[in-house]
Amino acid sequence: MTAAAFAYVRPTSVEGVLEHLDSGRDVTILAGGQSLMPSLNMRLSTPELVVDINRIEALRGIEQRNGYIRIGALVRHAEVASSDLVSRHVPLIARAMRHVAHPAIRNRGTTCGSLANADPAAEMPACAVTLDATLVLLSRRGRRDVPAREFFLGLFETARQDNELLAEVLFPVARPSERFGFDEVATRHGDFAAVGVAARATLASARFDALDLVLFACESRPLHSAAAAEIAVGQSWSPALGDAIATAVAAEMEPIDNLHGRGDTKRKQARTLITRVLERIVHG
Amino acid sequence: MASLPKAEPIPVEADEHVQIAFTLNGVSVQTDVLPRQHLADVLRQAFRLTGTHLGCEQGVCGACNILVDGKVARACLMLAIQADGADICTIEGLTDSGIIADLQEAFVQRNALQCGFCTPGMLMTAHELLKQEPAPERKLIRETISGNLCRCTGYHAIIDAVESTARARREARDAS
Repeated sequence: MTAAAFAYVRPTSVEGVLEHLDSGRDVTILAGGQSLMPSLNMRLSTPELVVDINRIEALRGIEQRNGYIRIGALVRHAEVASSDLVSRHVPLIARAMRHVAHPAIRNRGTTCGSLANADPAAEMPACAVTLDATLVLLSRRGRRDVPAREFFLGLFETARQDNELLAEVLFPVARPSERFGFDEVATRHGDFAAVGVAARATLASARFDALDLVLFACESRPLHSAAAAEIAVGQSWSPALGDAIATAVAAEMEPIDNLHGRGDTKRKQARTLITRVLERIVHG
Repeated sequence: MASLPKAEPIPVEADEHVQIAFTLNGVSVQTDVLPRQHLADVLRQAFRLTGTHLGCEQGVCGACNILVDGKVARACLMLAIQADGADICTIEGLTDSGIIADLQEAFVQRNALQCGFCTPGMLMTAHELLKQEPAPERKLIRETISGNLCRCTGYHAIIDAVESTARARREARDAS
């Protein structure tokens, strides 16, 4: 399989990228390429121009900035997985990263690329929604900060405009009272998940002061459960509470039937995962 | 013909060949590529390095694993033009270097290959794992090679081979 013909450019500045994005041509950004390249090889994607951002220094790096951990568009999954800043301040990402693909893919694939691609089965979009991360979009018209909860619109569909570059993502630094949980069901380790759960809870002893529970992989986009928070906040943990939350989330779900299984199977898997993740959060 | 200096944004048209230069198995090389060619095709066709196998061309099977600047990557998921300036090592280079000779011998001893199609990719993945983790548990070995498909062995023999190589290397190191 060979990709359909396309022109190629590798700008050395963000401005250069933005110019190409604004050219009116059918442009695709190439960062890690771990989703784009299969799509090019299979001709599911046939852009006119591929803009390779791999030589832009400004898009590298993981940094701490007033209350946020900033991950640039060129930061590979493997860098995130081995980052002390991330494991200390964004433990949810550190935990979820173990489930992201395989070593060879993690060495090249980027965290921002995974967000921009918005594959419903990918882990990073779900984590960004759980943590209410901020996605920084740049275009020639300026900068737009979009909350993750408004960024994912549907299957591979995001709030990013064609002329915008996802330049970086900002994850809020975890507070001491917050606890995190993550788990997923996948056929094989590293494969895309059939059903996954990410959660952030604020706990005062066993009482929930806040709960952000996100279900992903079986929906067209990450589902940030309103019901889970409504039921949990103010309540202390008990298996019955876990069951009530799992039941409520299962009712909110709109699972897609696919190769991984039927919708009702995924509801059952989700219920099991939700109680498992919450139990682990509460019992440490 | 255009060439691509290290840090210049020179555009290449879709039907235009461009010269790239990189290090391949320790040797400086040059070749002409089209933007749409992936690296695995160029390694196999222009350099006749056919140890880089093409199974799926969508990143799933791992048979085309190579080292890019010392890290394992799928050669099918990289444009050849992106190799410009990079240090590329294929299974041929890794074999000639001798540093995985013990791992390869363990694969033979344990029957960790039958048809051998997945083997170059498996060796690349195992090589990186053993560099990072000298004492990997079987679970970690299994997780690490989960990105490499083998349709013959059922994987157990491969895990055995990686585990025994790690053990032998530790024993050799402790003895010295």
